Amino acid sequence: MNLTAYIYLATLLFAIGALVVLLRRNTIIVFMGVELMLNACNLALITFARMHGSLDGQVYVLFVMVVAAAEVVVGLAIIMSIYRARRSASVDDANLLKL
Amino acid sequence: MFDVPEIDYLAILPLIIVFAGGLIGCLLEGFLHRSRRPNAQLWLSIVTLVAALVAVVWVARDNQGITAAGAVTIDGPTLLIQGLVLMLSIIGLLAMSERLGGTNPDAFTQAGVSVPGSVEEADAVRLGGTTTEVYPLTLLSVGGMMLFPASNDLLLMFIALEVLSLPLYVLSGLARRRRLLSQEASLKYFLLGAFSSAFFLFGAVLLYGYAGSMRLDVIAEAIGTQTVMDGLLVPGILLLAVGLLFKVGAVPFHSWVPDVYQGAPTTVTGFMAACTKVAAFGAMLRLLYVGVEAARLDWQPVLAAVAAVTMVVGAVLTIVQTDVKRILAYSSIAHAGFVLTGLIAMQQVGASSTMFYLMAYGFMTIPAFALVALVRSAGSEATHISQWAGLGQRAPWMAAAFSFLLLAFAGIPLTSGFTGKFAVFAAAIANDYAWLAVIGVLASAVTAYIYFKLIVTLYFGDRKNDTVVVTPSALTTFAVVSGVLITLGLGIAPAPLLDLAANAAHFLR
Repeated sequence: MNLTAYIYLATLLFAIGALVVLLRRNTIIVFMGVELMLNACNLALITFARMHGSLDGQVYVLFVMVVAAAEVVVGLAIIMSIYRARRSASVDDANLLKL
Repeated sequence: MFDVPEIDYLAILPLIIVFAGGLIGCLLEGFLHRSRRPNAQLWLSIVTLVAALVAVVWVARDNQGITAAGAVTIDGPTLLIQGLVLMLSIIGLLAMSERLGGTNPDAFTQAGVSVPGSVEEADAVRLGGTTTEVYPLTLLSVGGMMLFPASNDLLLMFIALEVLSLPLYVLSGLARRRRLLSQEASLKYFLLGAFSSAFFLFGAVLLYGYAGSMRLDVIAEAIGTQTVMDGLLVPGILLLAVGLLFKVGAVPFHSWVPDVYQGAPTTVTGFMAACTKVAAFGAMLRLLYVGVEAARLDWQPVLAAVAAVTMVVGAVLTIVQTDVKRILAYSSIAHAGFVLTGLIAMQQVGASSTMFYLMAYGFMTIPAFALVALVRSAGSEATHISQWAGLGQRAPWMAAAFSFLLLAFAGIPLTSGFTGKFAVFAAAIANDYAWLAVIGVLASAVTAYIYFKLIVTLYFGDRKNDTVVVTPSALTTFAVVSGVLITLGLGIAPAPLLDLAANAAHFLR
């Protein structure tokens, strides 16, 4: 199977993730969209590594996974603290700061 | 097989010092009794930052080169940006440590995990909870900021971006007063920051697909010679630019700036406004000047448009603001546009004027926010313009310092703002971007209006309010005075630092 197909798949996943971030209201789901974008990057990295015949891309994936995990820790902590204060995880309810 | 990379530890000594200081700070949080933490953490942080600054000037400068398997470049621009970040973070940290007579830094909550207004929060205050976790967080963030402009590899740049951002997301949620606002700012900053760093990563991946490596020198070589997947090049560059433009708060990626700047603890806002901008523009310089310079006909027009829109939108929206922190936030957006004007001029003059502008901007921003933090009404910060009316009579020194900084923001001669703007506009004109310089001058004129209006309110406004200016300790006083003096100094005698920036503006490729 043509490797380019995986690149298209990764781009599609990235676009879906970006749309999730822009369209969904629940912060947890928005955050999942971000994670989907990062994992789309991982898929593209592995595919490019195969195309170039080098290991670099696979090593990069490990780094990206670690960074994504660190981001989850900080992100869930922030979302949790907001949820406990307001009993809501909707981005529309976080509207105290307005123009 | 992998070769063991050679690492020039002397060249990256400043980075090692800062990260080690941050980790020791984490240990102190765990082991030291809470009554001794505030002083210990403050001293540890200041000593760490000063030691790192000394290491930049006396050690790393003599060990320039590309090290760590081509991932880290220590050259003139890197060292200048690192030194600048360190100096700014020292005065930023002093302002953050302001205790106002208490035992802990005043701006931060004593129980970040508790629900605002809850019993747990009251208990934490009664039992003397500390707010010292901000020191290690700041140090780790500074470490990321120093690594950001030094990275010669897009993966390292991505990691540095996250290392500098993650502590800032937490810091902006830790305000003592108006905690719901602060938490909301933290959430917005985090979600949009994570979103934009995903774009940055996808851009890096596309350039990896194009060049077969994330190293900037390999990418620079591939441009023009590699024709197999050249459709990936321009989208990759633009996605990387999205991530970086978000960090500096350029239009159209600016929507987080006012909310986060307003909600975050004021002194943290000053720190992140100055230092993040310096680091992110440093990284942008390296990416655009070293990595993808050969493809500049593709990205330069886009960035020029972004710079123009940023200046116009930042300036126009500044006018309609009624909150001092939001005025400073929108003005920081406009300033990002001015810096971009210098940056897209390219050549050595582009790099040197950009770095000079960052110096000027950083040293006026941190003192300005430190002063905003001192204006109080009923115990919490008074940031609405009407609450600032007539402060000139009650707090003459504070009003004088703030007015002077506003004049510097506006770019009045004899302040660093004027020299900085002159440098970037001259660079733009010399490299066929005269139209951008014209827009820049008009935008400065527009922003000058709101600054003068604010000064008039300060001195001639109606005084019927209960706003007071609290007396700062030596920490804030030092931060403000040094910032004001540097702003004045760069305005009166800019030649030595302009020369320094010009001499430093040589990238190792």
